[in-house]
Amino acid sequence: MRRMRHRIWWTKWNCTWRNRRKQGSRKNCIKKQNKKKNLLPWLLLAPSLLGVGIFTLIPFADVFRRSFQKAVGTGFVGLGNYRTVLDNQAFQLAAGNTGRFLFVCLPLLLGLSLFVALLLERLGRKGNLLKSGFLLPMAVPAASVVLFWQLFFDREGILNHILEIFHIQGPDYMNSSGAFGVLVAVYIWKNLGYDMILWLSGLLGIPESLYEAARIDGAGEVQCFWFITRPLLVQTAFLTGTLSLVNAFKVFREAWMIAGNYPHDSIYMLQNLFNNWFTKLDMQKMTAGAVMLAAVLGIFLILCQKAEERWKQ
Amino acid sequence: MRKKRILIWIFLTAAVLVFLFPVILLGVNSLMGQEELTASYGSILYGNKGNLEWKLFPLYPTLRAYIQLLLDSPDFFVMFWNSVRQVFPILFGQLLFGIPAAWALGRYSFRGRRILVYLYMILMILPFQVTMVSSYSVLSFFNILDTHWAVILPGVFSALPVFLMTKFFQGIPDSLLEAAKVDGAGEIQAFFYVGLPLGLPGIISSLILNFLEYWNAIEPPMTFLKTKSKFPVSLYLSSITLNDVGTSFAASVLIMAPSVFLFAWGQSYLEQGIIASGLKE
Repeated sequence: MRRMRHRIWWTKWNCTWRNRRKQGSRKNCIKKQNKKKNLLPWLLLAPSLLGVGIFTLIPFADVFRRSFQKAVGTGFVGLGNYRTVLDNQAFQLAAGNTGRFLFVCLPLLLGLSLFVALLLERLGRKGNLLKSGFLLPMAVPAASVVLFWQLFFDREGILNHILEIFHIQGPDYMNSSGAFGVLVAVYIWKNLGYDMILWLSGLLGIPESLYEAARIDGAGEVQCFWFITRPLLVQTAFLTGTLSLVNAFKVFREAWMIAGNYPHDSIYMLQNLFNNWFTKLDMQKMTAGAVMLAAVLGIFLILCQKAEERWKQ
Repeated sequence: MRKKRILIWIFLTAAVLVFLFPVILLGVNSLMGQEELTASYGSILYGNKGNLEWKLFPLYPTLRAYIQLLLDSPDFFVMFWNSVRQVFPILFGQLLFGIPAAWALGRYSFRGRRILVYLYMILMILPFQVTMVSSYSVLSFFNILDTHWAVILPGVFSALPVFLMTKFFQGIPDSLLEAAKVDGAGEIQAFFYVGLPLGLPGIISSLILNFLEYWNAIEPPMTFLKTKSKFPVSLYLSSITLNDVGTSFAASVLIMAPSVFLFAWGQSYLEQGIIASGLKE
């Protein structure tokens, strides 16, 4: 009897103990798996983050630090570099031109591309070939089209040749304030298709039933656009605007190919300025300039985001 | 209504012709001989007095310019090859580092994910001029300025491919991946057998967009390379004078050929890529 009890006790104890251990180990196992799962995305990200850190983040932090220092040695000059840049005449010219360019180009490009997108949407699938035509300039490298721009906008070039038929005397575009117009034209030529695609995808998101209902209520085309399309496209507009801003800085490729390092004053952009500072190895100005440009862009984008959020409410 | 449609057709076709005019002109003029070009553009190129006798179509089409370019100008070949040597490693590296990163950002939820997505977004938006100094300093630190690596490495770690592919990976339905896991696939197998095939459009559109971007690279090689023999073909026409006009049209056409063919082949991927670059978090 006693022995029997002992045996039962022993088996009981053994079972529970075993179970507990098993349970414990299972719990441990789950924990381990969880940890593994949490680690996995970081493992996947690590190489890319390491590269981004080495090639962009750490150097930019260094630039930020150096923008408050003297060129030689480690003397702290506070905002001195920034003041030098802001007082610099070339900087004022370039910043003004860049601002003016953005102010003219962005609304123009957004408006034109929306217009084309609206028309293209009417044509439906049949318009696909036309869509390709508008998008193709995006694929044409600056290096190959520069020859065309030079021939087209020369004093004796193709454009003036065409204008002559209508008895208009065109200017020497690249050596006058007409250069600004050339740059605007190049920018729109290159980016219209890109923006058009974004608008088209936004338009696709508006249900057709809304238009039908409005039409039954007697709304005309203009009313349909104003009361349905316009409010529903605001988000697309913010986004297209942001991407166009990004692309606006790339117009420098064409500008540089056409006009070189020292173009006419009307198209002397921040990009030219940075480039020229760079060739002179003017590190203080460059660092301060880069920080300011990043800050201005960052603030602008944040404001855009805020405006969009407010609009949504 | 029908009348309106026809008007739209006419208007848009005219607009497209204006947009394609530069490409058409370059293509057609590349078939002109030197004499014909001199006659046509003499007034622009050499400052000859007299009117521009401009015409679109060549009277005597010839392939001489191409032959001359391909046989007699080793410069062009070298620069074309440099472009190939710079662009393809960039694309390869972008996939190698970008796909895992994008998979992590697109398919896992973990702490810090949102911040990282924003980080890549901001890096994507910054213009080259902002990061120019910092890239220069780090490249000189590694002592690789004026080598092909100076162009390749910053390109490999650009943010656009990661951002784009993240968007596409996010679009894969969860149920498909879960089904694969129920059938016994591990994380890695689920990625290779479900994620990769379904995310392929994203990978292709990232490749196309980045090819167009880096084939057209002007600023990075201009700032990080010094030796002319290492320049990519995107800087070719800035280095020849307009006196070589006979071959410069042919050169223009050959420079744009890879991009245009890629565009023709993958236009739908390109459009998907553009739309994805705009999708908000």
